Amino acid sequence: MSRMKRVYSWLDHRLQLGKPLLEMAEHPIPNRTASWWYVFGSAAFTLLMLQIVTGILLALVYVPSAGEAWNSLNFLNHQLTLGWFLRAMHGWGSNFMVAVVLIHMAQVFLFGAYKYPRELTWTLGVFLLLMTLGMAFTGQVMRFDQDAYWGLGIGASILSRVPVVGGSLVHMMLGGPIIAGATLSRFFTLHVFVIPGLMLAFTFLHVWMVLKLGINEWPMPGRVVRRSTYMAEYHELTEKDGRSFVPGGVWKDAVFSAAIIAAVAVCAVVFGPFGPGGQPDPTIIQTVPKPDFFFLWLYAVLSYLPPNLETPFLLIAPVLGIAALLGLPFYASEGEKSWHRRPIAILALTTIAVSWGVLTHLGTYTPWSPHMDAWSGGPAIPARFLRTASPVEREGAVVFQAKQCRNCHSIGGYGGQRGPALDDVATRLTGDQLIRQVLQGGGNMPAYGKNLSPAEVTALVSFLQTLHPANEPSAADAAQSVTGH
Amino acid sequence: MNEAGHEHSSENHSVVGSEQDRLTISRRWLLLKMGIALNAVVGVAITIPVVKYLFAAVKPDEEYKSWVSLGPVANFPVGETRLAKFTNPVRRSWDGETDGVACWVRRVAEREFQVFAINCAHLGCPVRWFPQSQLFMCPCHGGVYYADGSRASGPPERGLFPYEVRVVGDSVQIKAGEMPTLSNSASLVQLGGVKTDASKGDSPCRG
Repeated sequence: MSRMKRVYSWLDHRLQLGKPLLEMAEHPIPNRTASWWYVFGSAAFTLLMLQIVTGILLALVYVPSAGEAWNSLNFLNHQLTLGWFLRAMHGWGSNFMVAVVLIHMAQVFLFGAYKYPRELTWTLGVFLLLMTLGMAFTGQVMRFDQDAYWGLGIGASILSRVPVVGGSLVHMMLGGPIIAGATLSRFFTLHVFVIPGLMLAFTFLHVWMVLKLGINEWPMPGRVVRRSTYMAEYHELTEKDGRSFVPGGVWKDAVFSAAIIAAVAVCAVVFGPFGPGGQPDPTIIQTVPKPDFFFLWLYAVLSYLPPNLETPFLLIAPVLGIAALLGLPFYASEGEKSWHRRPIAILALTTIAVSWGVLTHLGTYTPWSPHMDAWSGGPAIPARFLRTASPVEREGAVVFQAKQCRNCHSIGGYGGQRGPALDDVATRLTGDQLIRQVLQGGGNMPAYGKNLSPAEVTALVSFLQTLHPANEPSAADAAQSVTGH
Repeated sequence: MNEAGHEHSSENHSVVGSEQDRLTISRRWLLLKMGIALNAVVGVAITIPVVKYLFAAVKPDEEYKSWVSLGPVANFPVGETRLAKFTNPVRRSWDGETDGVACWVRRVAEREFQVFAINCAHLGCPVRWFPQSQLFMCPCHGGVYYADGSRASGPPERGLFPYEVRVVGDSVQIKAGEMPTLSNSASLVQLGGVKTDASKGDSPCRG
């Protein structure tokens, strides 16, 4: 017996882990399942390990105190050797992890893997997704900058809408009456102890069930899941057309995991760490808070919902969404797994993916937000709009610029997108309609009736009436042309 | 190994054994139940202080609020709206910059003030005042308010959160201490406009 073998048997005699581990490694998986489609779960696990390691390394330096967190992050970025790289790895690792977890979930859903007997595996997976998102949000708070501060404000504002206990929930979330030292301390506890601890336990059970129940077989149209026959059919399949998990399936997992970690490292080196942005001083109000990438869709939803639907949506939609995810394997635990026979599943997944993509894209350039500096900081109104203008019309252009109209309305390609662009507004609205709109507002525009003098209104509207292409007449009131008034 | 095996077989023997053994076993189960019960009692006794500790931050709003001075009256010219900053009355030494709070002070008349929270009534982002157009605008989702704090447009369902305000001697004071949200400030809404000169900056659409 070689020395190695003697050491091994000494250890195994005491650990008693050899046999169960060997069983796991050799358990048969269906041949077709040894596919590149099945690598996302292990990649998510690898990324979780990466986050834990990089997180511990960051915690060696980071100071979880509201007064010092921002400084310690800047120290990591600029003064500590390769501190920026560890921050970048952790930040990009989190982005990759959210993405891989979502892809893993979509793949599992498409392949019908949540059906009998893997319902509980899916349920735990749903909780793991929620915890991954929880880590992403609490991680943004760790980056204690302006965005983190106002992100907490948005969180507190959402919680405050809960009936009856809203105020208490806000106190619980903030650890006091305002966003301050106590808030960062409790988010640090969540981010570093509570959620990761739960995640490790849930991950262990999740992987345990995958290994014990066997990986989902490749779905074939017509191969229907029935509780009474499934286990026997699955074992027959793995015996007839299967291979051992190690090395038959796991080598692809290993290759993909390495590729993912390499991708994280490349992103970290090329793009660098995320922030921190401006210092977390709540009295600096020249800020445009924005959530991190994975919450942009929510940011977009909150700007497009009608105001009176917001509170019900915020409080009810998450409950329904999570209930639907949790209930899915119990509602559809039998039946077809193949996507060829599950049109509603395909439609649901496509709808969610497209909506998410569109809302996220909108969230990247926020057309609903006024451009706070457009009236003072951007290019002037182009000369072509003013070349033939009368003095009154030019005065109107001054009013337009000075009264922040441009924060919401673009002209000459520059300005906010909250309201319509006004380059050709005269083709849409007559003089009377323009006066009414300016004075009374409406359609999401404030009323300027009491904020403009009559002379300013006259000048502004006469300027707006010149805004039409040379080859297109301005809008006219049909009734006036008939009666001649 | 041998020792363990021996012990194991003796356990087996006792399980299938005599009436005496059965009594022994039921006594062991009883002792376990007693152990569980004891744990339950200790657990509850410990849980009560733990829960109290966890919920220590949950207090009635009034306990967090107190009168804070925003500085002398002369800092705020009549007819103008200015940003004021103060340190939150409830603070800890490790709060850093986060114990600072900003608010908008509108001096309506000689001794009449309106003070608004910086936080948008929609989702709490900081609103900015534009004196030229007499509007507050929020950079997040485009909530807009008139000079008197009433809602002008955008997603907010209500006007800006007002602070209780008083003038003591030379100083402007507000009742502050909590981040204003819908849960703790909604009761302060005064329908039909705040008791001020309603002819300026108010929404013409309001009754």
